[in-house]
Amino acid sequence: MYEFKYHRPATVRQAANILLKNEDAKLIAGGHTLLPVMKQRLAAPPHLVDLSHVEGLDGIEIKGRSLVIGATAKHADVAASAIVGEAIPALAELASLIGDPAVRHKGTIGGSLANNDPTADYPAAVLALGATIVTNKRKLKPEEFFQGLFTTALEPDEIITKVSFPIPKKAAYIKFRNQASRYALVGVFVAKRPSDVRVTVTGAGSEGVFRVTAFEEALKKRFSPKALDGIHVDADGLNSDLHGSAEYRAHLIGVLAKRAVEAANAKPEKELPEPDPTQPSVG
Amino acid sequence: MAKISLIVNGNPVTANVDPRTLLVQFLRENLRLTGTHVGCDTSQCGACVVHLDGKAVKSCTTLAVMADGHSVTTIEGLAADGAPLHPMQEAFREHHGLQCGFCTPGMIMTAVDLVHRKGHDLSDHTIREELEGNLCRCTGYQNIVESIAAGAKAMGNSDLT
Repeated sequence: MYEFKYHRPATVRQAANILLKNEDAKLIAGGHTLLPVMKQRLAAPPHLVDLSHVEGLDGIEIKGRSLVIGATAKHADVAASAIVGEAIPALAELASLIGDPAVRHKGTIGGSLANNDPTADYPAAVLALGATIVTNKRKLKPEEFFQGLFTTALEPDEIITKVSFPIPKKAAYIKFRNQASRYALVGVFVAKRPSDVRVTVTGAGSEGVFRVTAFEEALKKRFSPKALDGIHVDADGLNSDLHGSAEYRAHLIGVLAKRAVEAANAKPEKELPEPDPTQPSVG
Repeated sequence: MAKISLIVNGNPVTANVDPRTLLVQFLRENLRLTGTHVGCDTSQCGACVVHLDGKAVKSCTTLAVMADGHSVTTIEGLAADGAPLHPMQEAFREHHGLQCGFCTPGMIMTAVDLVHRKGHDLSDHTIREELEGNLCRCTGYQNIVESIAAGAKAMGNSDLT
C-alpha cells in the first residue's frame, strides 16, 4: 500500500471540504473494497477521508412511508435491525447475504452503493424499491445514480448521507452465488410496490444493475411465478466468463425471478395506501 | 505519522503509526501479539479475525488508525496467561479442532463472536454458514464444527465471555 494522508472529519461538511481541497482524495467507511485494492496498488489515493467517526450517519428509522438507512450503517446492522425486518424483510435478508460475518461488521450501505460493483447486492434493492439516494448536495433516483460499471453520478466532493426506501407491499431477493468469491453470479430482487412491480438483476449485466421490464409487466398483471412462464431474458449484454456464459446467466435470471416471486408471496402482504403524488417520498 | 490510543486486551495502548499500517501489522509487529495470523491478506481466509468493540472483524482489512479510540481483543486476550483456557479454546483442544493450527486463532475469535450473536445452542448448519469467512486447509471442518458446538455450550456455564 502506498503512503497517504489520513483525515478524520467529524461532520459530513468537513469531509466534503477535504474532498474539495484534495484532488483524488477517497472516502473510506468500512474499507472492505477500498483497502483491498489499495493493498494491491490498484488504487493509490494520496488522501483518505475516514467517515467512520462522523456521528449520526448510521441511523435506521422509519420516516413516513419510507425506511431510511444512514450511509455508514453496516451490513450486519441492517441484517439484524428489527426496524428493517419489519418494514422490508427482503432488505434485511439481502444484507445478511453480503460477504461473511466479519465483512458485514465493517462494510457499509453507502460504500457499497458508491462503489457500484456490478455484482454487489444493494444496487438491486435500491433500483427495485425505487429508493432515493440522499447526498450532501441533492437527492438522486437510482436511474440517475447508477451509471454503469463502478460508475455513479456522485461528484468528487459529493457524499452519500442516507438511502430512503419506499416500503413495498412485498419483496424478496434471491442470490445465486459464485461458489468461490461468494459474490452474486446472478441476484434478482422482486418488489411488489403500491403502483407497480419491479424486477432487478445484479451480477449479470455488463453495465451493472438493470430492470427486466418484460417480467415486470407480466407480474403486474399477475404476481405469481407462473406469470413468468415462457418469457425469456435475452443473453445480449450479459456477462460471460469462466463462471458462466451469458446464456446461463439469462436462464438463471428467469429461474431466480420465479423463486423471488414465490419467496415474496410467502410473506404477508403489507397494507399500503396508493401513493400520493403530492407527497415527497423522502422524509 | 498518526497518534493512536486504543484498548488492546484490556490494556490501554498509545502509539505513533504510519496511517497505512494495518491493524494486524500493528498487533503483530508493534505489540508482538503474534497469535493473530496473516493468511491470505485479502479478507477471505479469516486467520486475522480479532474483535473490534466486541465484533469479529478482519484485521488485515482494517487500518490501525481506524481502531483509534476503540477496543480490540485478540486470541491472547480471551484468557489470562497461566489461567485456564477460554471455553472455546478448551473445546478446540478437547475436540481436536485443529491440525496445523494456522487458522485456529481466527476460527476461535469468529466462534466466540458467533456465540455472542446467536447463543449457546448452535446447529451444525448455523456453524457451517457462519464459518463462511474462515478457511481451514487441513481439517475438512468436521472437528471445527464439533468444537464450536461444544465451546458454545461450555461458554454458557463459564464466567469467561
